[in-house]
Order: sequence, then structure tokens, then C-alpha cells
Amino acid sequence: MLPVCSKQSRLNIYGNWKSKESGCVTMPEFSKLSSLMKKTSDKVRVPNKVSRRFSLGGKDRRETIIGGLFVTPALVMYAIFVLVPLVLSVYYSFFRWNGITPMTWVGLKNYRTVFEVPDLLATIFNAFKLVLFFSIIPVGLGLIVASVIQRVGSGRFGSITRTVLFLPQVIPLVAAGIIWGWLLALPGLINEVLTAVGLESFTRAWLGDFTWALPSVGMIGVWVLLGFCTVLLSTGITKIDPALYESARIDGASWWNEFLSITVPLLKYEIGVCLTVTVINALSAFDIVYVSTAGGPGNSTAVPGVKIYILAFTEQRIGLASALAVLLMILVLVVVLPLQRLNREEE
Amino acid sequence: MNKKFLHLLSILILCGIVVSACASSPATTEAPAAEAPAAEADTTTDTTAEEAAPVSETPSCGTDPVVLNAYFETGFDLPFKLAEEFTKQYPNVTWDIKQDQFANLINETPRLLAGDNAPDLIRLPTMVSFAKQGLLMNLDDYATAFGWDEWPVPQLDQNRVGEDGTRGSGSLYAMGLNYSLTGIFYNKELAAQIGMTEAPATLAELEDLLASAKAAGLLPIMQWGSAKSGMGLAFPLQALMASVGPAQPISDWIYQKEGATIDTESNLVAAQHLQDWIDNGYFPTDINAIEYTDANARFGQGEGVFMFNGDWQNASYDTDMPGNVGFFLMPPAEAGGGPAAMSAPLTYGIAANAKNADCAAFFLNWVASNQTAREIDVAVGGSNPGGPADAVMPAVTEGSVTNETLAAGVVLGKTGSAMDFIANATSAIFAQGWTPELQKMVGGKQDAAGLLEAVQAEYLRELEE
Repeated sequence: MLPVCSKQSRLNIYGNWKSKESGCVTMPEFSKLSSLMKKTSDKVRVPNKVSRRFSLGGKDRRETIIGGLFVTPALVMYAIFVLVPLVLSVYYSFFRWNGITPMTWVGLKNYRTVFEVPDLLATIFNAFKLVLFFSIIPVGLGLIVASVIQRVGSGRFGSITRTVLFLPQVIPLVAAGIIWGWLLALPGLINEVLTAVGLESFTRAWLGDFTWALPSVGMIGVWVLLGFCTVLLSTGITKIDPALYESARIDGASWWNEFLSITVPLLKYEIGVCLTVTVINALSAFDIVYVSTAGGPGNSTAVPGVKIYILAFTEQRIGLASALAVLLMILVLVVVLPLQRLNREEE
Repeated sequence: MNKKFLHLLSILILCGIVVSACASSPATTEAPAAEAPAAEADTTTDTTAEEAAPVSETPSCGTDPVVLNAYFETGFDLPFKLAEEFTKQYPNVTWDIKQDQFANLINETPRLLAGDNAPDLIRLPTMVSFAKQGLLMNLDDYATAFGWDEWPVPQLDQNRVGEDGTRGSGSLYAMGLNYSLTGIFYNKELAAQIGMTEAPATLAELEDLLASAKAAGLLPIMQWGSAKSGMGLAFPLQALMASVGPAQPISDWIYQKEGATIDTESNLVAAQHLQDWIDNGYFPTDINAIEYTDANARFGQGEGVFMFNGDWQNASYDTDMPGNVGFFLMPPAEAGGGPAAMSAPLTYGIAANAKNADCAAFFLNWVASNQTAREIDVAVGGSNPGGPADAVMPAVTEGSVTNETLAAGVVLGKTGSAMDFIANATSAIFAQGWTPELQKMVGGKQDAAGLLEAVQAEYLRELEE
């Protein structure tokens, strides 16, 4: 019995913590993507056929059952690895528990602790600062890069640019974090370059500096997420009728006019997806931060993900960790749901 | 039971039909906890009953084949080498060794100990909570059987946990494979440059040396400080604490004695010294971003005159800078005072429900008493192997810094006092207290008084849990 138990508790605890990250991450993302997919399929296929599928003919009902059977394996996995841990961590968050000995009911005390301990609350503010780097900058830059590729020509140049920018997505974040750690060190490449171009006064230990550590971690995020946004946005651009650009150009529109009047409005769904995914990445960031700074110096880069990990596994305070995790999930929903609505209203 | 039922109910509702998957519910997780006895003295007799009658003769590994189930720390060769030698001498014993990083072991240990195939031998990052939770075997009977009780007292002190959960006295829950010693390493060439002919005898002399190193354009102290390794300034801080004040209150604080505080007057003086050192530029400017391995590499390449570290690093210093590295203990503030140093056992324990507890205990005794094992201990581990007071200290290669650390250990044993590390007071005090607050001090965002206050507050918050 015992070995199973130990594995179980590990699985549970891991699942818990992970659920904060992936559980809440996948849901809004999924709904956004599915609404997008539906939109395109509505356009491409004959819409009637879709709705007729769901009327209750005898043959159709059989198809529904068969369809249901196909969905079951995925649904079961989803329930076991997402829903169960999600509910369990909400449950744990009302207890004081070290993961081993019996749990003690403490009501809302864990939640109160999160708001009372400045270090815990500060992690949430740090997460919002990361949104600037993980979302605003990659989406903004991505838009510019995508429209430049579109204008200059989408041939070889375009695909090479996209590939290069997308490469960071292929590299494991832990490896990227370690290498960025070397680059940003005082004897690292970035400071060497600064010195070489005469900016020696700007050199510093980027990840060890109270002012610069969070922006430096943020720049790693830009590097990772820019490619994702660029690829998504430039795929969106190819969908825009070239005639629009042509007529704009005949009317003498500048690149900037084209960008503001055609590219951005017509890409709003793609921008919505980009923002949703990257905002979630920022708020639930863990790996990049843990590997590059582990929250230092002096908690200046501590984000909820890292703190949850330390609370749960180093301090063995599963209850408090779960409470912070539940709050993180609520926070993600509070931020992401309005983004979703923004897109939906304009349908 | 009610809680168990709730668990079960919620799981059943959620999992529905998938019965096998439901096995991964916490309903069963609680079972071992309920069965595990609280830290009571009869743990040993309970769990060893099936193996052997309560130690009437000296426990051993017998003659039947035994597979010792062990968890070692990745990156440290010593236990692996010892295990190899042990099998050579006792061929009926083989090993099933798993290994993990120290940081992971901290997170894994409670679940490993509570598991079914509980380890016979495991590297323990901390022990109080595990002892209290009844997960560790009480070694008192083994101590009597093997005569560990007669070993020099400080060796076993740190591995004792009292019934009230304080360390330093009470029942024995772990043994050290060896006993490490910390102090100040120095680069002999650079030290000669700043006119150091012998180890400083007082704190003032040390500070003079630091000032002349700075004046000579050298980095006075190489140290690490990244949150990824944990803040290395905790080493000089604790050394300063024990230099300007008594060591006992620091030990009491580490052992979680009732009413103990780190926020004392003499500790404040120590913290102010450290702050002066920081303000004077005695540490690298990028210390908050330097990891442990980087700091050692840079010291090995000649950056830094001094470095606060422990004798576990001896072998690598000997390789990086052969014949060029020396060691001395942190000098006392007053001339003639006894030195104090952080000295901690390389702690290994036995799970409360380990299958081969007798053989594991026999191994722990063998490590300290067998001459070959002691030689491996010193050669590979670099630290004092401990053991009986009359045991022979193995010879060391000429010119190795290990000679100096072993000699310092003798001095410490005679006239000084040994402390555990202030970062080990609670399982998270390093990550949540010392590291962030010392980093803030480097960044000019924390002063000496605030540092001690903040760490004490964190300490109390953790003890409250």
C-alpha cells in the first residue's frame, strides 16, 4: 500500500500545483481557439450542415453516441489531470497540511496570510510587471515585424525571418534560462558587447541588480514569445485581401497608415489570441524565472509560480501554496476573461 | 475518519467510473500518516522487531544477501566510494542507489520516507520535522550497541532531537558520514602580496588584511550570493557572529530552543561588520548573481584573496590551485578567545520502516571505525571522519589543504565551539529569510538591524506553522 501512497501524494501535489498553471491556462486558451476555429469553419463550410448535425434524427443520435465515445478518453484524461487536481487544491487551500501528517482545517486563514505577508502579495505585482514584457512588447513588436514582412515580401526573406524568430519556441525554457544566465552575468557576453562599444558604465550583473533583474527576465520572455506572436500574426496577415493594401497604396497611404487602418483592425482576433496566451504566460511564469534568478535578488523577481513551488515543496506548506495557487488562477481568469469578451462582442 | 470520507467522496464524484485512476487519491495518502507513530521512543523496537530481537548482540549485515536501498546526493562522490568499499569487504551486501540534487532531496525526502520501499539509508537535508512526524528511525539502541554514545560529544549533538522538537539533545536520529568544517580559505600567492605571513589572530587583524587587499587593487573576498545557490554571505555573517559574541545562543536559535532569537546585540554588531565589508567593496559587485560553482571557479582562477567556505571543497581547490591554497579558522574578536566555526555532520538517517535497518546502522558504524573507510572519507570527502576518540587520523597527501583543515578541526575541538549552519534552523529560513534579506543588504535596501529583525520574524512565522 505504501509505495502507491507515496506516488499518489506526489502525483496529487504535483498535479495541484501544476493545475494552477496548466489547468487554468488551457481553459481560456482552449475556448478562444475553439471559437476561432468555429468562426473559420463557419465561413469555409456550409453553416447549415453544422447545425443539422445536432438535430435529433435516429442516425444522428447514433453519431452523437459514437462521437461521445471518441471524446471520452480525452475527457477522462482531462478530468484526472486537470479537474481533479483543480478541485483538490481548492480543497487543500482550506487546511494546514505538510503533505504527510493529517490535515487541520483552518478556514480562510491561508488566504488571509497571502494578503498579510508582503512578500507573497509582492509576487502578484511582479507578475503584472512581467505582463509588459511577456505580452505588450512581443505583441507590439510582432505586429510590426509581421507587417514589415508582408510589405517587403513574403518570399525567402519572410520565411527565414519567421523561422529565426520562432526558433526560441523550440528550445526548452530551462536550457534557455541557463544560457541567458551566462549571457547576462557580469563577465558575460552582453556586458562584453557593451564594453566594446564604449558603454562600459552600463555594464552590471543584470540578474543580480534590484532595478534590472525583473526587466532582464522580461527580456528573456520577449525573446521566447516574439516568435510565437510573429508567426501567428503573419499567418493572419496572409488572410487579409491584398486588394485592400493595393488600393491603400494607390491612395498614397504610408506604411504607418496601412498598419493602423488595415493590418491592426483586421488582425484583432489574432491579436486577441496572442494577448491571451502571453498574458497567461506572464502571470503563471515559472521556468524562466526559477532557472535564471530563482526569485532573487531579495524577492525582486519572485512571481507566484516560484513562490508556490517554494511554499509547497521547500516549506511543506501545501495549504498556503494551494491558496496562493487558487488566487493566481482567479487572477488569470479575471484578466483573461475580459480579453475574451472583447473579442466576442465584435463577432 | 470523517476527513477521509470527504476525500473519498470528492474523488469518487470526480473520477466517476475510472476506478483504477482513482487509486491516485489522497484518501490513501493519509493512511501512512495515521499509522506512523508520532516521535516516540518505541519507534525502533516497533519497526525492527521483525528483523532482529531488540539489539541484544551487535547488529550486523549477517551472511544472507542484503540489498541496501539508498538515496545519495548527486555531485558528491564520498557515499558512492564508501558503498563500493563496503561491498568489497562484505560481499553479501549490494546496493540499490538512487541519487538526486540536494535541492530536490529537500522536497522529496518526506515522501520517500513515508513510502513503502522506504530507504535504508538516506542523505537528510533536515531532520527535526521528519523525526517529529515519526518518519525517521530512532537510533538510540544502535548507539548503545555500537558504543556511539562514547564518541566525542559534539559529533552526535547535532543529530539529536528532543521530544519537544528541539535539536541538540534527546534521541539520536541520524549519523554523520563525516564532519565538515568551515572557515576562511586563502590564495597563498595573493596573501603574500598583501603581506600576510601568518593567519590573523583577531578580527581586527583580519579586517586590516581585507583593507590592504582592497588598497592593493585585489578583490578581498570571493563569495557567492545568487538565490539559485543560496546566499553565501551567510557564511561570513555567522563567522562574524561567533567571533564577536558567544556561539551558544546561535546554536540555541538553530536548534529552535524556546525563546531563542537571532536578533541579539552581539549579532547586530556582527551584521554591522558585514555591512561595512559590503560598503567597503570587499565582495564582488555582482555577488547577487554569482552561483556557488562560479564563485569557486573564479577563486580558483585567482580572483579574490579570501573565501569563506567549507572543507568539502578541499579536493577541488587542490586541483584548481595546487599548493596555493591555505585555510584558517575565523579569528575571535578578542585576542586569546577560542575560535568558533560552523561544523556540521554529513547527515544520513534510516527510515522508520526501513527493511534493513540493522545493516544500515552497521554501515554507519563501519564508516567511522574501519580504517580503509576513514581513509576514503578523508581523501574523497576532505573532512574529519569522526568516530571514536582514539581512532587514528588517516594520512593526507603533502601540500593538500586538507592538512590545514584537519589541523584546524583539532584546534576547534580543543579550544573552540562548533555550530550548525544558521541556514539550517528551519527548512525554509535560507530561501525565505537569509538569502533575500542579505541580497537586499548588498543592494543597499536593508541594514544590519533590519536584516536580523526580518529573519527573526520569518523564523517565528515558520515555527508557528
